[in-house]
Amino acid sequence: MNLAGLTIDSARSAIAERKTSATALAETFYAKIESDDPKIGAYLILSKERGLEKAAEIDRLVEKGEKLPPLAGAPVGIKDVLVTKSVRTTAGSKILGNYIPPYDCTAVARLEAAGAVVLGKLNCDEFAMGSSNENSAFKPVHNPRDVSRVPGGSSGGSAAAVAADMAVATLGSDTGGSIRQPASFCGVVGLKPTYGRVSRYGLIAFASSLDHVGPFGKTVKDAALMLRTIAGRDPMDSTSAEVPVPDYVAELDKPIAGMKVGVAKEYFGEGLDAEVRSAVEAAIQKLAKLGCEIVEVSLPHTKFAIPAYYLVATAEASSNLARFDGVRYGLRAKGVHSLSDMYRRSRDQGFGAEVKRRIMLGTYALSAGYYDAYYLKAQRVRTLLTRDFEEAFKKVDVIVAPTSPTPAFKLGEKVDDPLAMYLADIYTVTANLAGIPGISIPVGQTKEKLPIGMQIFGKHFAESTILRAANAYEIAA
Amino acid sequence: MKVTEKDVTYVADLANLELSEDERGRMVRDLNSILAHVDSLSELDTNDVPPMAQVSDRYGLDESKRGSERFAYASRDDVKEGLRKSFPTEVALANAPESDGMFFKVPKVIER
Repeated sequence: MNLAGLTIDSARSAIAERKTSATALAETFYAKIESDDPKIGAYLILSKERGLEKAAEIDRLVEKGEKLPPLAGAPVGIKDVLVTKSVRTTAGSKILGNYIPPYDCTAVARLEAAGAVVLGKLNCDEFAMGSSNENSAFKPVHNPRDVSRVPGGSSGGSAAAVAADMAVATLGSDTGGSIRQPASFCGVVGLKPTYGRVSRYGLIAFASSLDHVGPFGKTVKDAALMLRTIAGRDPMDSTSAEVPVPDYVAELDKPIAGMKVGVAKEYFGEGLDAEVRSAVEAAIQKLAKLGCEIVEVSLPHTKFAIPAYYLVATAEASSNLARFDGVRYGLRAKGVHSLSDMYRRSRDQGFGAEVKRRIMLGTYALSAGYYDAYYLKAQRVRTLLTRDFEEAFKKVDVIVAPTSPTPAFKLGEKVDDPLAMYLADIYTVTANLAGIPGISIPVGQTKEKLPIGMQIFGKHFAESTILRAANAYEIAA
Repeated sequence: MKVTEKDVTYVADLANLELSEDERGRMVRDLNSILAHVDSLSELDTNDVPPMAQVSDRYGLDESKRGSERFAYASRDDVKEGLRKSFPTEVALANAPESDGMFFKVPKVIER
């Protein structure tokens, strides 16, 4: 079977027409993972029992001649920050190395209810903190397009699994670019929905006001199918929005002629790689040829996005990660003599260097004497960054920009310089601060054959619009 | 240098981290490098800009409402019967590093 060409729809059709079975398909993927993943490192945990049980259920539907659900038999992988009942979930951290969740996160439950087969849990930066996947406590992920390079992060395993045909589609999480940047580095489609579009119930929290769950796929249509499945109000997440979920798939083919596409000069400035720039500019020209009107817009506060983001994100992280104390779950240090000694030593032993750095930065930004100067200041700048988008979206329907200033960098290249690593997120963090949706799609490659990604941002809850633009580009490309 | 080793020790204490001597030295260096970059925010006059803690109040809601009223979408009527069941004790304790079957066990809290 040609796994490279497989999509959610073609998997479902092949199963419905009995060209294969859901079980055979899952087994094919497990064999592929066994042979190819040792050099990629995308998977942390395989959920064979659960996956094959779901596949058997789909096969029974076929036997009985019943209608198959929309994602029937689709082999998917799940970023390991999303909890899965009875399947070990680590968040890429030693502190949760043996954690077996007692419940399912909503997004995974909805995928399975729609017929998807969960193959396993995907590698990521520890607690989704990182831009290269090198902060995983277990192993790095290698970019399938060039194994000497990083896949991006923090959802590096989710992007690499799709790029290496070790899953048809995957779920990731995006707090500052963690879906879009790895999608761009690995040459796949990655979508961060509007804040509140997809429930965060069961997503291990990094920064609650910035965390989003979203899909990866090989095609825009698969991303749309995944989003349609996981989106919508969930009583278990009070920030999930009471906004109807349109049929993203049905709306994909609506024409885009006349769509106003904004281009902000702030996203094409210093530090942007020349090859990335020319690929994105060519993609913008293609959108113009498809009948879009290209409009210059300004997002004047963009250069303040990284500092604002890293204060807000780390402040929230320092609070969220206080729960890891060795009492209810997770690692507990041995040979401790008091409760506070146990907290400290468990956290010291359980957290990696980047997680400690962010807890420290966030605690500092929230501490007496610095709260106003750092945390409150960053929250005010967040308002300015959000207003930038609100102003721009008065003039345009979507805004396009490079996803990352560079293509995938080498493993080890930035590990000793946290600031350089943070700056890799320069084009992605703004969408998290403002809560607007963004999709990264492949728009070519460098001379060294490294993928280049372009982002399309939309207004709050305008996923249909960005998916349509992305789909039109994909078909024309 | 804004952040000293003494600050790092103080903040680590607040965060319930111990940090080795090596880690503390590295933390001084990293926090100073990051904060130097963050300081660019002081170029902006934000006195009249309200802080933004989250995004949910920026779309689709009744603009005339203020405060908790704006978040009415996130509330529901009280449920008196038929509430979702809590986890049974053994499930809630299943991941505990130490328990006695009823409670989480921790080292002595009060030291004499």
